[in-house]
Amino acid sequence: MAGVELRGIRKSYGHLQVVHGVDLDITDGEFIVLVGPSGCGKSTLLRMIAGLESISGGEIRIGPRTVNDVLPGDRDIAMVFQNYALYPQMTVAQNMGFSLKMRRVPHADILRQVREAAAILGLQDLLDRYPRQLSGGQRQRVAMGRAIVRNPSVFLFDEPLSNLDAKLRVQTRVEIKALHQRLRTTTVYVAPDEVAATTMAAGIVVMHDGRIEQVGTPLELYDRPANRFVAGFLGSPAMNFFDGGLGGADGSRFVLGNHAIPLPAGAERAAPRSVVLGVRPEHIVVDAQGVPAEVVVVEPTGSETQITARLGGQTFTAAMHKRLTAPPGSTLGFRIDPANIHLFDGETGARIP
Amino acid sequence: MTAATLDRPATSARLLSALQVVHWRNLPLMAGLCIAAILMLMPFLWMVGASLRPAGEAYRLPPSIIPREWTLAAYREALGSGIPFVQMYWNSLVVAALSTLGVLITASMAAFAFARLEFRGSTPLFLTMLGGLMVPPALTLIPLYFGFARLGLLDSLSALILPAMASSFGVYMMRQFMLSQPRELEEAALMDGASYWTIFWRISLPQLGPALAALGIITFTTSWNNYISPFVLIKSWDKMTLPAGIVALQGLMGAASVSVVMAAATMAILPLLLVFLVAQRFIIEGMTMSGLKQ
Repeated sequence: MAGVELRGIRKSYGHLQVVHGVDLDITDGEFIVLVGPSGCGKSTLLRMIAGLESISGGEIRIGPRTVNDVLPGDRDIAMVFQNYALYPQMTVAQNMGFSLKMRRVPHADILRQVREAAAILGLQDLLDRYPRQLSGGQRQRVAMGRAIVRNPSVFLFDEPLSNLDAKLRVQTRVEIKALHQRLRTTTVYVAPDEVAATTMAAGIVVMHDGRIEQVGTPLELYDRPANRFVAGFLGSPAMNFFDGGLGGADGSRFVLGNHAIPLPAGAERAAPRSVVLGVRPEHIVVDAQGVPAEVVVVEPTGSETQITARLGGQTFTAAMHKRLTAPPGSTLGFRIDPANIHLFDGETGARIP
Repeated sequence: MTAATLDRPATSARLLSALQVVHWRNLPLMAGLCIAAILMLMPFLWMVGASLRPAGEAYRLPPSIIPREWTLAAYREALGSGIPFVQMYWNSLVVAALSTLGVLITASMAAFAFARLEFRGSTPLFLTMLGGLMVPPALTLIPLYFGFARLGLLDSLSALILPAMASSFGVYMMRQFMLSQPRELEEAALMDGASYWTIFWRISLPQLGPALAALGIITFTTSWNNYISPFVLIKSWDKMTLPAGIVALQGLMGAASVSVVMAAATMAILPLLLVFLVAQRFIIEGMTMSGLKQ
């Protein structure tokens, strides 16, 4: 096993730079998830670690060695592709054993290792089948089996759940997590949305426009997002943002139209000209004494109720674990818990501590 | 109920659904295609008809497809003409088979290089090769003649096979097909530690089945029908291929014996007809997937 180190990784296609100097340390045995909107460079970064994409600058280290010029097959990594990429003309057993065969492992050992991997993933009865005879979920497991069979230092997963239905996705997510807990192999996982990231990973790397926005544990990122992008990307429903300014002599109030929201003590700061206040939907409560806002829509989801309302021309969402009805157009009072307020610079989007 | 009567409703249902496919607004198109098909078929049917009638009846007016009097005399005469048809059949077969094999090997390998490998000068090289498509084959015949003369290969089957073993059309067609295939399989093999040769041989090639079949048929047909190269490069009768042999037969027999020549032509065309009947699905598939026709 080995950790992965990225130093100043850049990628350009001609004049177009898509990854701008990424630095990242993944410790041995860690499970990290790369998330970000499509086109943020997360898959490119993964493919550069894999060696499927050349790097335009920087250094990639896997374990003790620099692998910039090492062929993918010699990097001691295994990858699970989004569409599984199982060899159609080979059986499940042949698919799983292919990498060992390429390494000239004796036939008997291949057989034993394939059986062991198959046992871990419950594939014993499928070894003689061809990929076309398998369901989507089974193919996914075979793809994982092919990755674990040769016991690599690092696993790479490229959106491996995208082609599964919702129920299977949840189940497979649990299986991947359990697999990691069992094998403790360093894992880099690219996920299209934050759900997989927050439920699976020990560490999350949020990417945007070819840069890393923040690295941390799921709760760190959720509770103290480094900037407005991370704040808006993690969490569903997404964090509410209000554009306004700081008021009061010491900048201890957030001013939004006619309303002033007190900020937690010690939160006064050398005020930038404009600030954005961020608050998660679950930190807005309905309170008759609160700021009155016009209800736009009420969505009961069963476990919670989401209310979309309008305040000073800006809409926001509140989520609460109680059942509540209010006709659209009616007025409800809302209160924000000052302890759970996030402030961001109106221009740079950076968190104001 | 017997199996035969059970089959009947299924057959008529199939016929009905086939008829329903012909929408009325397609009628003009269908009519046009039918006329075109008849025009295409006419010379072919006339050839078969002419080969089955007595000598001298072929040019009778008004022309007719179906002979008034059926006879195999023309076939007997063609086979007994002293021209070694069996040997020519064999020559044609050897030339077509080896050319096809050569094209399949070289085209798929070159296509893999152009479609999948990054190397300096790949694009200019590919464009140069495409440029080769624009050179009329007849233009290369004289240089080929001198080249083979120097190599001492004139008047041998090698002179017909060697130049036909590589085809820029084939490379282009296979490359286009390869580009339409997902890359992940090859990437997975690369991660699994396979060499480029293994990836080509074990992963890419098995996926190229339909394209290889189409290219194979096209190449075989082109080689089988090739008339001008053997005519220029081959002198001996026993090295001649069929198309050149038929022309020689015509010269030998004179214009009067058109039915004998037609009998020879019919015999020559049979293997191709067989290949087409068996493999027409691949040909259409191959044409549509590469987005071009020859």
